[in-house]
Amino acid sequence: MDPILNIKNLSKSYGQLEILQEINVAIDRGDFLVLVGPSGCGKSTLLNCIAGLEPISAGSISIDGRDMTHVSPKDRDIAMVFQSYALYPTMTVAKNITFGMKVRGVDTATQARKLDEVARQLQIEPLLNRRPGQLSGGQRQRVAMGRALVRDPKLFLFDEPLSNLDAKLRVSMRSEIKKLHQSLGATMVYVTHDQIEAMTLATKIVVMKGGIVQQIGTPAEIYNHPANLFVADFMGSPAMNLIPARTRRKGQETLIEIARAEGDPMLLAGPDGSDLPQDIILGLRPEDIAEAGFRSGDRVQAAQCRIDLVEPAGADTYVVSQLGGRQVTARLHAETKAQPGAMLELAFDLAKVSYFAPDTGERLN
Amino acid sequence: MTDFISSTGLPAASRAPSRPAQIALRWLLFTLLGVFALFYLMPLFVMVTTSLKSLEEIRTGSLVAFPREITFEAWRTAWSGACTGIQCEGLRPYFWNSVILAVPAVLISTFLGAANGYVIAQWNFRGANLIFSAMLFGCFIPFQVVLLPMARMLGLMGIAGTIPGLMFAHVIYGIGFTTLFFRNFYVTVPGDLVKAAKVDGAGFFRIFWSIFLPLSLPIFVVTVIWQFTQIWNDFLFGVSFSQAGTQPVTVALNNIVNSTTGVKEYNVDMAAAIIAALPTLLVYVVAGKYFIRGLTAGSVKG
Repeated sequence: MDPILNIKNLSKSYGQLEILQEINVAIDRGDFLVLVGPSGCGKSTLLNCIAGLEPISAGSISIDGRDMTHVSPKDRDIAMVFQSYALYPTMTVAKNITFGMKVRGVDTATQARKLDEVARQLQIEPLLNRRPGQLSGGQRQRVAMGRALVRDPKLFLFDEPLSNLDAKLRVSMRSEIKKLHQSLGATMVYVTHDQIEAMTLATKIVVMKGGIVQQIGTPAEIYNHPANLFVADFMGSPAMNLIPARTRRKGQETLIEIARAEGDPMLLAGPDGSDLPQDIILGLRPEDIAEAGFRSGDRVQAAQCRIDLVEPAGADTYVVSQLGGRQVTARLHAETKAQPGAMLELAFDLAKVSYFAPDTGERLN
Repeated sequence: MTDFISSTGLPAASRAPSRPAQIALRWLLFTLLGVFALFYLMPLFVMVTTSLKSLEEIRTGSLVAFPREITFEAWRTAWSGACTGIQCEGLRPYFWNSVILAVPAVLISTFLGAANGYVIAQWNFRGANLIFSAMLFGCFIPFQVVLLPMARMLGLMGIAGTIPGLMFAHVIYGIGFTTLFFRNFYVTVPGDLVKAAKVDGAGFFRIFWSIFLPLSLPIFVVTVIWQFTQIWNDFLFGVSFSQAGTQPVTVALNNIVNSTTGVKEYNVDMAAAIIAALPTLLVYVVAGKYFIRGLTAGSVKG
């Protein structure tokens, strides 16, 4: 089956300034693609390029097998939800939702039926005769979604649709979008700077920085096997521990040596028969460091560490220690006996470890 | 405030003016405002009362006195009997000339301004700023400078001395202002609106017609008032680009006042001046509320 959206070698520049460089992404029908990255990474520009709202400098975009590179937005069979919602201020909610159909000359009976369907689906029936100015943020968000849903397009585009909502509403709208995706089986492209949103919604994530794709993969791939230091640091909260370390060979074995704040360096078993360089950065997520005795596995190794800080967070307790000159966070269970200033035996799950080259930042294993 | 201070035992005068001083200040303020208001209303008062007097009474009475006997004779003469040169038809035909001139000229220049403003504010194209600057510059070109080129232009177009010709001059001259007004209003409209409409399938004119024009009521009113006042009150273009039958009311008013033979009919002059000024006054009264709102409006909450 052809990919529903296929972006090939897409570049965009304003004069000398390169906004997007050599982007290659393809997704299948029913995928939920999330473009994530810090502000200014070009993710919104890429979305606008997919929509046809911004011309591209090189490369091609095809939707459902048709080349859309130079096709105007209205002929791309897409619908878009904007961060500002962009509801038409002088039209009622009903008119906002049916505007697209009216422009396209859909007959009034069909318009009414579809409006009815969408209003029921989003529970906005009582709002249909109001104007956007009379709605709350969450209601506007729903109307904006309704305007997209009613079109039944090949591709839904979302440009940070939740970032103007308060924290609680954001979480509930997030799961609603997810439910919608599951029930419609629609293909969606979603832009966000929130990595948690990306993880929870996506079937496929594109992590971007400075107009360059850093990694493309499923949420699990991105989370467990980050392609470089940027992705490792950006995805996950608290962030992945990135600890400077040195490798040492002992016969067939490779040992990883990590400096401790006091006493001898810590020695961990490295991967067998690997060809790691001398200086590396070791990446380990907070949940892969546990209190000794609470984690089992064939590659779990324990070591005594001095605890500098204990941060109870309800379900978990985070403790901070110092390794390799960096603060290292471990995620322990809530009833831990860890005390600041005291030593504690921490178990490192080396099956989950990532190695990065300090100079290029690229993943080594 | 003063109560609070005196109840805490502090000497009131050291912190704020004492109560009598405050009252005195208040009175001074209102008296001053009253005097200014009277000063500005005086000419209108004199005009209205004089227009209601008979010539006999004007000659014998005082300028600021109320009319002893109210007569609308002067108004009747001004409207339909006063002489401009050799014709004695009053202001009426010229008043209608002005209406026929001003209404289309105002509407055309306002719509053109809206369209220009929409394009310049929301459709970024190469040179948009340059074009806008050029139009802005057009606002500051004095009337006198364009008189000769415009006369030649109207001659070439074959509409010299006609009402459409005068209309053309006013529309061209007004586009700079109307574009400025609408452009400044439309830049405050979020650009996502255009994007959303594009994705919805609307084209350039559809977006203008269905989304931007309905938003524009406040600025529309401001522009209409501005343009109507400009065009209705204009004298220079009127006197330069019209001929005997096509003169606007301002030119006719001038002719009435200047072409009296024998006794100067002040009451007729005053009545004629009021008639000529009435439409602009009316526009302010009807649309003034929107005028203030439009001048302060900028952001479009949506």
